[in-house]
Amino acid sequence: MLQQPAEALSKLPPDTAGNMVRWVEALEKGVINPRTNIRPETKVEILDGDILMNLNGSMPVVRFPHRAHTLWLDCKNCHEHLFKSKIGANKLSMLRILEGEQCGLCHGAVSFPLTECARCHSVSRNLQPAVSGAVVPLGPDGNPVGAPPASKR
Amino acid sequence: MTKAGLTIKACAGLVVLALCLGAPPAAGEYGDVVINKRAEQEGMRPVVFPHWFHRIRFRCKVCHHELGFKMRAGANDVLMTDIIDGKFCGMCHNDDVAWGIDRCDLCHSGKPGLPSGIYGSHSTSGPGRW
Repeated sequence: MLQQPAEALSKLPPDTAGNMVRWVEALEKGVINPRTNIRPETKVEILDGDILMNLNGSMPVVRFPHRAHTLWLDCKNCHEHLFKSKIGANKLSMLRILEGEQCGLCHGAVSFPLTECARCHSVSRNLQPAVSGAVVPLGPDGNPVGAPPASKR
Repeated sequence: MTKAGLTIKACAGLVVLALCLGAPPAAGEYGDVVINKRAEQEGMRPVVFPHWFHRIRFRCKVCHHELGFKMRAGANDVLMTDIIDGKFCGMCHNDDVAWGIDRCDLCHSGKPGLPSGIYGSHSTSGPGRW
């Protein structure tokens, strides 16, 4: 083997699941700077904006951060075949996610596993804005602030 | 016994120990993909693709967007001829960005008989369907 995982991964921000690495943090802190493209003409897009989901469930609300995902992924990796861009058009199911569909295509395989409930179900119901799926700005504490705009993004 | 004699004995002991233990056992890392759709049928060992190694150097979008790898393990039909033509792995494994196709064993490194799939070391061990 050219390199042992522990040799490379132990230098990155530690985690308690998956590769035991906080991959987004490693990127944000500049500990790693993986290439964004090979072809110079490839458009590299990063979208800043959060989506709130699961507003009526019993678990805390899910905050989906577009930024963390688009730092790694292209829009087309998820849109439109996995998730429609239209707010409210996606019917997510935890059962399907656990079966490796939807979010589970990556979470549980490459990105942090599905045992880490609170990383997605991260917003207390007491703080939730009223509109599902809106793109909302974040406060300094990482939680959405105020009422979300009614725009469709 | 002389000091040199002791040293020789100690060295010999270490060599025997190393031979007994052999190479450290290979363990899968979370996100490793075994690709064995065709490899063994064609007389090669299965390919082990380490996600962890690649994502330190490339973002997901490079392979899953620019190179056209579908994200579901097993969904990609990758022929060695495609790679030689510069597609899929061949976009980088061309002796320019990374080693070229003549270094067969570096990719075809899986134990014979390994089934295709994505391998995790965590209790969820990946999606239920490939």
